[in-house]
Amino acid sequence: MENYTLTINGKTQDVNAPEDMPLLWVIRDLLDMKGTKFGCGQALCGACTVHLDGEAVRSCSLPISQVGEGKITTIEGLSEEGDHPLQKAWVEHIVPQCGYCQSGQIMNAAALLAKNPSPSDSDIESAMEGNLCRCGTYNRIKDAILTASKSL
Amino acid sequence: MMPKLPFLKKEKTDASTPLSTGDRSEIFRASRRDFLKIGSLAAGGFVLGINFQCNGPKGELITFAPNVFVSIGSDNIVTIVAHRSEMGTGIRTTLPMIVADELGADWSKVKIVQAEGDEEKYGNQNTDGSFSVRMFYEPMKKAGATARHMLVQAAAKEWGVDPSECDTESSHVILKGGSKKIPFGDLVAQIQVMEIPKPEVLTMKEFSSYKLVGTDLPIYDVKDIATGKAVFGADVNLPNMLIAVVQRSPVVGAKVVSFNDEKALAVPGVKKVVKIDGPGLPAGLDKPLEGIAVLAENTWAAIKGSQALEIEWDLGPNQTYNSGVQLEEMLKSTASNGTVKRERGNFNQAKSSSGKVLEKTYLAPFYAHSTIEPPAAIADVKADGSVEVWAPSQHPQWARGAVAGALGIDVSKVKINVTLLGGGFGRKSKPDFVAEAALLSKAAGVPVRVQWTRECDLHHDYFHSHSAQRIVATLDGSGNLTGWNHHTVFPAIGSGLDAAPPSDGELDLGCRDFPYDVPNIRIEAHESSAHTRVGWLRSVSNIHHAFAISTMLDEIAETKGVDPVDQAIQLLGEDKDLIFAGEMVGDYGNYGEKIEDFPWNTGRMKKVIETVAEKSNWKANLAAGKAVGFAAHKSFLTYVACVVTVEKDAAGNLLIPEVHYAVDCGIPVNTDRIRSQFEGGAQFATSLAMTSAITFENGKVQQNNFDTYKVIRMPQSPKKINVHIIPSTEKPTGVGEPPVPPFIPALANAIYKLTGKRNYELPFKA
Ligand code: FES
Ligand code: FES
Repeated sequence: MENYTLTINGKTQDVNAPEDMPLLWVIRDLLDMKGTKFGCGQALCGACTVHLDGEAVRSCSLPISQVGEGKITTIEGLSEEGDHPLQKAWVEHIVPQCGYCQSGQIMNAAALLAKNPSPSDSDIESAMEGNLCRCGTYNRIKDAILTASKSL
Repeated sequence: MMPKLPFLKKEKTDASTPLSTGDRSEIFRASRRDFLKIGSLAAGGFVLGINFQCNGPKGELITFAPNVFVSIGSDNIVTIVAHRSEMGTGIRTTLPMIVADELGADWSKVKIVQAEGDEEKYGNQNTDGSFSVRMFYEPMKKAGATARHMLVQAAAKEWGVDPSECDTESSHVILKGGSKKIPFGDLVAQIQVMEIPKPEVLTMKEFSSYKLVGTDLPIYDVKDIATGKAVFGADVNLPNMLIAVVQRSPVVGAKVVSFNDEKALAVPGVKKVVKIDGPGLPAGLDKPLEGIAVLAENTWAAIKGSQALEIEWDLGPNQTYNSGVQLEEMLKSTASNGTVKRERGNFNQAKSSSGKVLEKTYLAPFYAHSTIEPPAAIADVKADGSVEVWAPSQHPQWARGAVAGALGIDVSKVKINVTLLGGGFGRKSKPDFVAEAALLSKAAGVPVRVQWTRECDLHHDYFHSHSAQRIVATLDGSGNLTGWNHHTVFPAIGSGLDAAPPSDGELDLGCRDFPYDVPNIRIEAHESSAHTRVGWLRSVSNIHHAFAISTMLDEIAETKGVDPVDQAIQLLGEDKDLIFAGEMVGDYGNYGEKIEDFPWNTGRMKKVIETVAEKSNWKANLAAGKAVGFAAHKSFLTYVACVVTVEKDAAGNLLIPEVHYAVDCGIPVNTDRIRSQFEGGAQFATSLAMTSAITFENGKVQQNNFDTYKVIRMPQSPKKINVHIIPSTEKPTGVGEPPVPPFIPALANAIYKLTGKRNYELPFKA
């Protein structure tokens, strides 16, 4: 067990965890922030996507010992009022069905737009390929990303 | 004895009497105290209950005595209880919007609260079988109309006018002409002392005057989901809660011989190791599998601890099971005579006198549900023996019964809170994971969340069973279809080691209800056995039946040299109601509805076929040599036709640039959620058709995670999915499952156009 100081959504948090504990479980279990979801534990579904220094990472497969000084952003910290252009576009397109995958989808899309504010269809497809949606909301996700990119 | 299929029957959990939707609901004044248990209510609020009553199979009245509440607060907030589980269909929005619209409520001032699982209070809550809208459309309307009637009476009295001068709008009663209006909340005191009106005096709104019903109303939870606030199964946190990860029987029926938990207990954070006793064989539909649970302070420690367990298993009779071998045997069996389940004319005679015989066989694999949220449930067994549960359950009452059974307590001591479900597709109607949480909390003396990993989920699902089919079609000299002989075999839901044919209920799903005007029809079922847990997956055996039937029809049209769309319309014949009189052997279930109430109407099917052909430009695309495929399939009483276009990209990958669906689901309640179910259904079906399969070797599932059990990702998704909803005033029917069945054969038929090779096995190799 080690002590770690994390910066999550602009706040510093001290946690005590084994060094191999994935960031996902630190966030969900130790810090009780439930917006980030567990889907596969193997970096195969994207449900657990958060940002580490602005990059989308699969928190289920990132041991806490590798987070270092990096700044973490979760869905709870993406915007203060829930009004990130992607969140607004998600509401406008009524993207979610069950909704479970959507935190990860939005976080992944936000990292994409931060780097590439006007992605093409195929940019979106390749960036979002790691995020599964079993309900089948892929087309609306794509439309919402395009809508959000226009408002940037 | 085969269990009844709960997804087909609007059953009570303790009795499986099929009920039909014939609405006999009763509205009554409910106590505020009852309501306050589930929702908050401003001072002086008014509460109405809906007492659902339904017709039994012989038309007799069956009362559930449940209450779904609608309340109006003095703060002008209308609160509506959602008693069905939300797993992505939008039902938590769709049923309340019916009440709100009939009432004339301002949707922005409507609050929705989720009901707990309680049969006495809410009646049937089994959210399955695409029947929520079908079953509850009328009662919801009646509840709204009752409250509106009372509010109008109260305002009319206050204003000294005739009630016919008044109406409701935006949570106000208005005097027609608009000179006066009063908020609902200001009338609460008056309606509290008013008699509940008799149903005869109620007037229901015309469909055309609805403002919410028939529109794209956004789902209630959309903002919470987009901001990460929505609460799913694993998101509830209780003080002192331990997290459990379980190693379960690697082969269904396996029992623990011995285990060593030393290394597991040495993992920091691990608190306890508990054995769960499983039923062995038969495994049942509602019991936990045998397993060893590791309880820890956090999920990671529980995962690590469970990996460190050393367990010696007696694997039991299923340890030699190989699904590929069984599938071959099943296929062989379809060449012999089976049990006849439907007979029209004389197929053998048709065969001996036919000009041409087409005989094809079809295979489909086991599928897992693989909801992105793996099963998880939280239980808190209290010192007094009662238990409170939080679970993403499709069937909270079954969960309640399973928990009570597992703990040996009365159901009245079990409270089930229903969270949002991160996908269901039939998996989360089974209460095994909920019972696990309860058993573990009892053993540990603290609240426990049982957390399934993805590997647990794929290894221990209640799978959609693999299947083999053989269709023999006879054609006369001019290529007309004269005979249809469909053999089907698959391990039945809930079956075990003893050989059994599929149940009548499963045969009714797109096989026995073959609707076409063919003079000679023989449907035969064959026996097989189950060596895993077989359950139901979105549209159930319609999946493989529609695949076989609609690809065969495409082949028949090709043989005859006709357009398969024209052929389907011609084979449906005159507009008529089919009731299959005298042809079915055994009960025909018709999705739990009386066939007289919901007949198989060929005219409605022809209309969706014509619509999809027109909207997709079928004729022109066909003439231009485009790779387009067509299929039509009715399931869960909803009529669907589908056209799929395929192409290959430069790298040779198959793409689906366009899909068209036409759907007749009766009155379309939430048009956006109808479209979203079809968009999602096409994507779900693409996985079934192209990427997914579960196989068994030595009794064990061979797939572990999404690297080996593949579901489609964004690049493989059909690109443009157009959904054409037929305007209708027929009774509404569900849309959760009906998009899946016709998509797969339409895709198969399109691929054939592209490659010249037919696919007879799912998932496709092309
Ligand atoms: S849970 Fe991390 S990628 Fe699936
Ligand atoms: S919305 Fe259900 S998994 Fe994506």
